[in-house]
Amino acid sequence: MKTYKIFSVQAIMITMLACSCTKKLDTVPIDPLVSTSANVYSSDVSYKQGLAKLYASMAVSGQNINFTANDLQASDQGTACFLREYWAAEEVTTDECLNAWGDGGLVEYHGGIWSDQNLYVQLMYERIFVNIAYCNEYIRDVNAKLSSLTGTLKSDVTQYLAEARFLRAYFYYCAMDMYGNVPFATEADLPGTFIPKQISRAKLFQYIESELLAIQPSLAAPATNEYARIDRAADWSLLSRMYLNAQVFTGTARYTESITYSNNVINSGKYTLHPNYQNLFLADNNGYRDEMILPLAEDGTSTESYGDMTFIIHAAVGGSEDATNMFGIASGGWAGNRMTTTFVNKVFPDASGATDKRAIFYTSGQTLPITQPTVFGQGYLCAKFKNVTSTGAPGTNTTFVDTDYPLFRLSEIYLNYAEAVLRGGTGGDTNTALTVINKIRDRAYGNTSGDITASQLNLNFIIDERGRELYWEGFRRTDLIRFGLFTGGTYLWDFKGNVQNGVATDAHLNLFPIPASDRANNPNLIQNPGY
Amino acid sequence: MKQIYFFRYIFLLLFICLSASVMAQTGTVTGRVIDESNLPLPGATVTIKGTTLNVAADINGYFKLANAPAGAHILVVTFVGYRPLEQPVTINGAVNVSLRLKSSSVLLNQVAVIGYGTVKKSDATGAVAVLTANDLNKGAVNSVQDAMMGKVAGVVITSNSGAPGNTSTIKIRGTTSLNASSDPLIVIDGVPISNVPVGGTANILTTINPDDIANITILKDASATAIFGSRGSSGVILITTKRGTQGKPVINYNATGSLSVLPKEVPVYDAAQFRAIVNETYPGVTAVTSLLGNANTDWQKQIYQNAFGIDQNLSITGATKNMPYRVSVGYNNSDGILKTYSFQRTTLGINLDPSFFKNTLTVHINLKGLYNPNNFADQAAIGSAVNYDPTQPIYNGNTVYRGYTTWTTNGNTDVNGAPVTLATANPVARLEETENKSTSRRSIGNIQFDYKIPGIDGLRANLNLGYDYAYAFGINNVLNNTPWISLPVALGGQKIEYNTGNRNALAEFYLNYKKNLKSIQSVIDVTGGYSFSDFYTFGNSINSDYNQTQTKSFPYKTDYKLISFFGRANYTFKDKYELTVTLRDDGTSKFAPQYRFGLFPAGAFSWKIMNEGFMRDSKVFSTLKLRLGYGTTGQQDLNNNNNYPYQAVFLQSDPSTRYQFGNGFYYTLRPNPYDAGIKWESTTTSNIGIDFGFFNNRLTGSVDGYYKKTSNLLNVVTVPVLTNFGSTVLENVGSMENKGAELSLNAIIIDHTDWHWRLGYNLTFNKNKILDLVGGDQPGYVQANGSATIAGTTSGIIQYNTVGKPINSFYVFQQIYDKNGKPIENGYVDRNNDGQINSADLYFDKSPDPTVLMGINSDIAYKRFDFSFSGRLSLGNYNYNNVAANSTYYGVYSSLGYLQNQTTAATETQFKNVPLMTNQSDYYIQNASFFRMDNMNLGYNFPAYLNNKLKLRVNAGVQNVFVITPYKGLDPEIAGGLDNNFFPRPRIYQVGLNANF
Repeated sequence: MKTYKIFSVQAIMITMLACSCTKKLDTVPIDPLVSTSANVYSSDVSYKQGLAKLYASMAVSGQNINFTANDLQASDQGTACFLREYWAAEEVTTDECLNAWGDGGLVEYHGGIWSDQNLYVQLMYERIFVNIAYCNEYIRDVNAKLSSLTGTLKSDVTQYLAEARFLRAYFYYCAMDMYGNVPFATEADLPGTFIPKQISRAKLFQYIESELLAIQPSLAAPATNEYARIDRAADWSLLSRMYLNAQVFTGTARYTESITYSNNVINSGKYTLHPNYQNLFLADNNGYRDEMILPLAEDGTSTESYGDMTFIIHAAVGGSEDATNMFGIASGGWAGNRMTTTFVNKVFPDASGATDKRAIFYTSGQTLPITQPTVFGQGYLCAKFKNVTSTGAPGTNTTFVDTDYPLFRLSEIYLNYAEAVLRGGTGGDTNTALTVINKIRDRAYGNTSGDITASQLNLNFIIDERGRELYWEGFRRTDLIRFGLFTGGTYLWDFKGNVQNGVATDAHLNLFPIPASDRANNPNLIQNPGY
Repeated sequence: MKQIYFFRYIFLLLFICLSASVMAQTGTVTGRVIDESNLPLPGATVTIKGTTLNVAADINGYFKLANAPAGAHILVVTFVGYRPLEQPVTINGAVNVSLRLKSSSVLLNQVAVIGYGTVKKSDATGAVAVLTANDLNKGAVNSVQDAMMGKVAGVVITSNSGAPGNTSTIKIRGTTSLNASSDPLIVIDGVPISNVPVGGTANILTTINPDDIANITILKDASATAIFGSRGSSGVILITTKRGTQGKPVINYNATGSLSVLPKEVPVYDAAQFRAIVNETYPGVTAVTSLLGNANTDWQKQIYQNAFGIDQNLSITGATKNMPYRVSVGYNNSDGILKTYSFQRTTLGINLDPSFFKNTLTVHINLKGLYNPNNFADQAAIGSAVNYDPTQPIYNGNTVYRGYTTWTTNGNTDVNGAPVTLATANPVARLEETENKSTSRRSIGNIQFDYKIPGIDGLRANLNLGYDYAYAFGINNVLNNTPWISLPVALGGQKIEYNTGNRNALAEFYLNYKKNLKSIQSVIDVTGGYSFSDFYTFGNSINSDYNQTQTKSFPYKTDYKLISFFGRANYTFKDKYELTVTLRDDGTSKFAPQYRFGLFPAGAFSWKIMNEGFMRDSKVFSTLKLRLGYGTTGQQDLNNNNNYPYQAVFLQSDPSTRYQFGNGFYYTLRPNPYDAGIKWESTTTSNIGIDFGFFNNRLTGSVDGYYKKTSNLLNVVTVPVLTNFGSTVLENVGSMENKGAELSLNAIIIDHTDWHWRLGYNLTFNKNKILDLVGGDQPGYVQANGSATIAGTTSGIIQYNTVGKPINSFYVFQQIYDKNGKPIENGYVDRNNDGQINSADLYFDKSPDPTVLMGINSDIAYKRFDFSFSGRLSLGNYNYNNVAANSTYYGVYSSLGYLQNQTTAATETQFKNVPLMTNQSDYYIQNASFFRMDNMNLGYNFPAYLNNKLKLRVNAGVQNVFVITPYKGLDPEIAGGLDNNFFPRPRIYQVGLNANF
């Protein structure tokens, strides 16, 4: 009897213990930095914090610089950042940049010998689409909350949603430009419930166009939003850029529309060229809302990353350059990126900077010809971007830079306008084209000595002028493709095709391949031709 | 069996002879029967010589003989596999004795700790290996892992560095998981230890002083580990520490002094060779040649030292009344061969085993404490010493960099100029200007109540309450004006303070019923129980420059919980056939409610063929047993404190990852990747084994064959883009297999009064293969091992996984060789025949895991002398020689403006250019098979002094005696196969003294 009792008591105890404890398995994160989907938008500021991630995903690699909360998996988290990947895809593949690190992925980029296993090809792709996934999640979650909001918060959040849709459209634009036919999903597709379908390049063009047009009423008027936030002028600028390339993207020219949206920007009355070209690329360039339509905001202490402007500046510094005083990066240069010989010779007859002040090159101790890609002493160094202010003071941090990156600025709109006019678009005229081009030239030369005449204004001039004005700003690959110069043998530069003097390359390189990693996961994806 | 008959016969004779004597009074003899490791011997028979009075010891080795005749008697204790003991005893009222048996053969009589119980090794149904204190490697005083190395078939232990107190990678029967833990579960005196390493602690096993260990049981197959269910997939190592015994207190003291030396340096160019290479490679390029100095510095010599160490242990073992106790204190102080590295460990162990209510309630109290200050040094000095220009002096008279030679810009002309921050750092400066220290404390304790429930014979209840608390505090400070530190302020040095801790709690309860049903010649043994564990991890790191002008902190905390129900039934028929069935139902807080519980069953059958009639008269066999086992175990132990992988959560950024809007900076909120359907990874193991003994167990051993298949791999896979919030998500995708065979042999070659020679040998084959990675047929799909980066590139990863290959195989270009067998620079096979060499031409080469392993060990004793050695042979393991892969002639100069030394590999390859793809050549995937003589030890036992009370022993030995290998790098034994400036394993010379009083 006694034992029976003990037994029963124990049995009851165990059962009670078991029942109470299985509930104990319902744990939620205890770290104060972590919130759950149930409580994430509990404060007003959290809506803006969610939006801030969508912007920051262009600059940083994750939620801290200790690499314990990365967005993507990569052996070097600097290479997992949007700007660094975008910059490498647009610049290292072209005549504007030859990298000296001997890094397998970058050697393939410059040599035009990349495969669908190239890590840069993969990381660019993964970064674009994870950023889109963040946008989709934000749009989905915040849309669901919108009806419960009132007053200024509701109107603020409505504007946040429009900016989120702009960013998603911009990321899809990059995907369309680089990869062509890509996987596609919107906020209607719930995470983990679908395998994305592939959208054609032309269909994607229509989607981006419709989004950019639809959100215009909800965006702030030009130059009225907070600094570094998207407004209607940014929207027009992306439309101007996209229509200019419509022939490449869709097979149908849309130069007239490009002119329309360039005109919107030019005629908004909010933008003029900043008087000093060099100052646009220095640590205090966040003051120049006159020309900057949309920057990628950078800050040495608050926005730290190895894959944003920090990369562009550090990777360009080496040789006998004074990293500390000239560039504001006392932690030193990385001796990676410099100009090809071909580019310098082609677009800057006077590379000294004495006439055209945009030739901001460092030549001391450097040879112009490059015979060994890995020897940084060969080739002119580019000193366009620096982490010092216009008065020469260093940025707030000696490694991470303050210099904002121009995503859209007025010069590009001028050049888009002129090119669209030359390519037969209507709604503009060659006189205006000549005027805006000469505005750019006047600033470059400091006077009218560099002005061109109407007869000099042709497409060959435009591609070189875009090189002079916009080099290292992430345009080159797209520009060369639009001009038919990126592949083929018409235009050769050092180590194009992985040969010192350059050889013709195949046209399939005008698109990057869909990375093998995603094709293995997603059976809906058909590879681009030639890979 | 024969022995028992024999003794019974003798007893009978004695009884007849002595029956005439008259017994006037009676008394009671109680006590405990234990083995040499103080473990109980349940079932041992205790007889009063000359009487029929006998009793069998209970599960804990205790016995009670009532109504014994008073006076002087002899107790005879017998147990299969042990030498019979005859101990005089004077019976007068109640007498308590402690009876210690010595083993008569090896291995099979050992006690195996199997989780929620113990069993004689000979009765174990699963693949179980046992090491007792005597089996451990002599002289391996710094870590438990070193003490076990090479001793057990199927267990691969690789130390992760040559630093004292280092960590080791332990693999039991291969790697079973891609992204969840592949470490075995470690259970110390009944407390499972969390696998989460505590930062600032060199090694989670340092808590255990090797000198305190009585028994290590290794459970290898699922039928044995299934009782640990979720945590047993990669095997289980159960460590039992020494306990108190009845009798007078025994004091043991031992001390070991050691001298560690560097066996060899990485071969690099000396100053003269280096000068010649620079001048030949860059003839007339004064920008380069002018950088050469006039000194002749062997940098490796400057950073290494001969290091001394001492290890001392003091223990007292005894009993007060009904409470056996053992208290031990250990102190170890070892310097590393890398200058400034040091390791200190003070351990305290207290074991109490009081019993109450006439031994019906036994309580086991275990307390372990660790105090462990470390100085980790700046181990990057190892790489710097290989690469630093040998023509430069250590000090060059500058005033900015405290005199340490530092590469400066402008051609090194101004010794005080701005530094080339990315240049190789002065290795001596790295060591002397860094203070990288930690102090860790850890305590593991538990109290276990074992209660024999009155009224039901054979039923007992066991309650185990335990904790594991660890806390470490450390600093990693570097003085300012140290060019290799750029964050947060260039040349600002660094000050990092961190702390980290684990607080884990355990509550377990089980009931055990064991009954010998003689009428049907059966024994049943049933256990059922419940377990609850709570794991809490926290920490913080405060990082700033040396002057603390910019400070950031990174706090974190996380937890998870486990709940389990378990049961085991064991049925033995006629002591020949034994069937074990185990079931464990595990719940983890890491998975969603509907996937939370995993049910893990296992079964095993064994047949003691030796006990069959037809074998009884065999002159050859003395043991023969067949074992069959099959079972499933689970895995939920995720890396990186990933405790909520099924929940949709948002992570706020830290202050340095904000974004600017207007004039304000905003923290960002990011959705984290997650998989709502994440569930248990499971491993199914089949095992067949034979235990055998020949010639009266002079030669014993076992053979095992196994097949393990892991399904629903917890695998960080690339997911289709747009479907989640990261390129990679932890999911249950893929499967992997390990198959292998093991052989263990133990032979007593000589067993003579003066001579004793034992030889042990074990052999392991294991073959790992990935069966599926993405679910479905995806030929050509490769998955990078993100941590296997090539030093010196931004996009190079050397190890990938793919279906059909072993885990972490090397993914490389196929080198082309000229007719003289020399590699052709940048000559690779165009494997896809597309006319160009690019990443599509990479192929899968060898893998880092060995295919064959052997261990050999031996003890030889002659009179008072003894000699032992143990060694290991590893075949088929390959390393990526990253140290050599960056060696080219042009590489001696960096365009950042400094010179750097290389390994002499460039002389062999004649590669000239700075590596483009050369560091991804399969030339650097090198055969790293090896034989290592782990230790040799010679001892002498002095005759007993002071009336047999003082026993003295001295010994001398060498650890890491020699290595034979074709490998071209410094040391072939690299866990994971990535050889990049490994902390060299020292050769250690030791002398020791052991005193028993």
